Amino acid sequence: MQPSIDIRNVSKSYGGGTAPGGLLALDDVSLQVGQREFLAILGPSGCGKSTLLHVVAGLTPARGELLVHGKNVTGPGLDRGVVFQDYALFPWRTVLDNVAFGLEMKKVPRHMRAAWAYKYVILVGLAGFEDRYPAQLSGGMKQRVAIARALAFDPEVLLMDEPFAALDAQTREILQTELLRIWEQTSKTILFVTHSIDEAIYLAQRVVVMTARPGRIKQIVDIDLPWPRVDSDVRSSRPFALLRHRIWELLAEEVERAQQLASPRDPVPGRGQVAADAVAQEVV
Amino acid sequence: MRGALLRASVALGLLALWEGLPRIGLVNSNFLPPASDVARTLWRLLVSGELLRHAWVSLDRILLGLALSILVGVPLGIFMGSWKTFERTLDGPLQAGRQVSAIALFPVFILFFGIGELSKVVIIFWASVWPILLNTTIGVKTVDPVLIRSARSMSAQGATLFCKVVLPAAAPAIFTGVRLGAAYAFMVLVAAEMIGANSGLGFLVLNSQEVFKIPEMYAAIVALAAFGLGVNKLLYHLERRATVWREAGGT
Repeated sequence: MQPSIDIRNVSKSYGGGTAPGGLLALDDVSLQVGQREFLAILGPSGCGKSTLLHVVAGLTPARGELLVHGKNVTGPGLDRGVVFQDYALFPWRTVLDNVAFGLEMKKVPRHMRAAWAYKYVILVGLAGFEDRYPAQLSGGMKQRVAIARALAFDPEVLLMDEPFAALDAQTREILQTELLRIWEQTSKTILFVTHSIDEAIYLAQRVVVMTARPGRIKQIVDIDLPWPRVDSDVRSSRPFALLRHRIWELLAEEVERAQQLASPRDPVPGRGQVAADAVAQEVV
Repeated sequence: MRGALLRASVALGLLALWEGLPRIGLVNSNFLPPASDVARTLWRLLVSGELLRHAWVSLDRILLGLALSILVGVPLGIFMGSWKTFERTLDGPLQAGRQVSAIALFPVFILFFGIGELSKVVIIFWASVWPILLNTTIGVKTVDPVLIRSARSMSAQGATLFCKVVLPAAAPAIFTGVRLGAAYAFMVLVAAEMIGANSGLGFLVLNSQEVFKIPEMYAAIVALAAFGLGVNKLLYHLERRATVWREAGGT
């Protein structure tokens, strides 16, 4: 079967590549994501995992080849829906109109848009809130709207860039479970970037662990936990703990390297330390 | 409730002072007639239609000047907010131009456009275009890049991206600019009508003073204040209606 996303030898550099002062963010990344697969990308902060997602979204140009459902990607397109960490909702549009944005882009006739968008408002559990403005919603609800908006124009692939990182722990767990339900209901391919080991294991079928800068694929870990994960307390099971430990060890090396990389010529000083803290928090 | 009571009593107190001080002779009532005299005159001018005639002339000038400012300031601001080079090239002359008082330029405008309506519209334009231009530029420049990226990810670009994202995102700033512009327009309108006009509320103020119709002068001043307040309120409500999503929080 043809892969849903086919990333071939993608490299991305900022400000002159290997030249002094330049920054190599992604170094020869190749990755295939199967149809209807849920794949998580995990790595220390600044490893280029978000850059990779933006490359797949067509928002960031890069070297290499990128195919989505066999078609060459050169820019953004409605075959991919993106969910950002900071929601990125249009504050002047109601929930329903936000969800309908992609439908407008898709040139869906006006009279069909509302009903179509409403279907997705229901899917993400926001029925009754369709006339609210984003300013009237909580963070978790905003992210639900963003997910509905990315799904409404029926893309083949859902790209999610640390979508739950800004939410509190409870909301985050609820939305993770919701996302699994939505994934099963819509059977999309999901590429999910996160810096949380637990989140990656809970959600994904495979977890890609990336190296510190320049970002390469360090290892791909199969998550052979039983499905559905929603009903069982899979997070406290022994296989989950083993996976967590294994991935933590993979990641710890990279965090250490990221720390060493945080030298004076680092454009963002102390970033490595932040990454180490982030992982340390995940582990406790 | 208590706040409203306090506000009302302050307003009433001031009115009482205005009524009382000339009546007991503490202030020369030739220079400041009691409030009731001014109110009576205001009513008379209103009934005779004289006040409305002048107000209409003033409103006409304001609307023309302000419309011209919006027509020039908003598109130019959009250009400046969208293209850095454009903004940097024009920044120097525009900053200098902004510093030149509209009143100082009035003789120049009269020289070029004569003493008629045109020079008045031009001076109002000059005074009100700056806040509109600057606010539009800033509004367009500071559109959240996250929103642009989000719209781009749904393949919005070019004119669509501009109309569906940049413009609505900048709308609150543009509205603020227009409201500021209207306030400035008011100030120079009165000055312009005092310097060279035979109609308008500003003319009515100065002319009444010159022919020593002091209650008329105060009536015209009160009318000017009410007029300005009304225009500001109107713009404020238009702004609220257009940007209802900003106030939406908390309900």
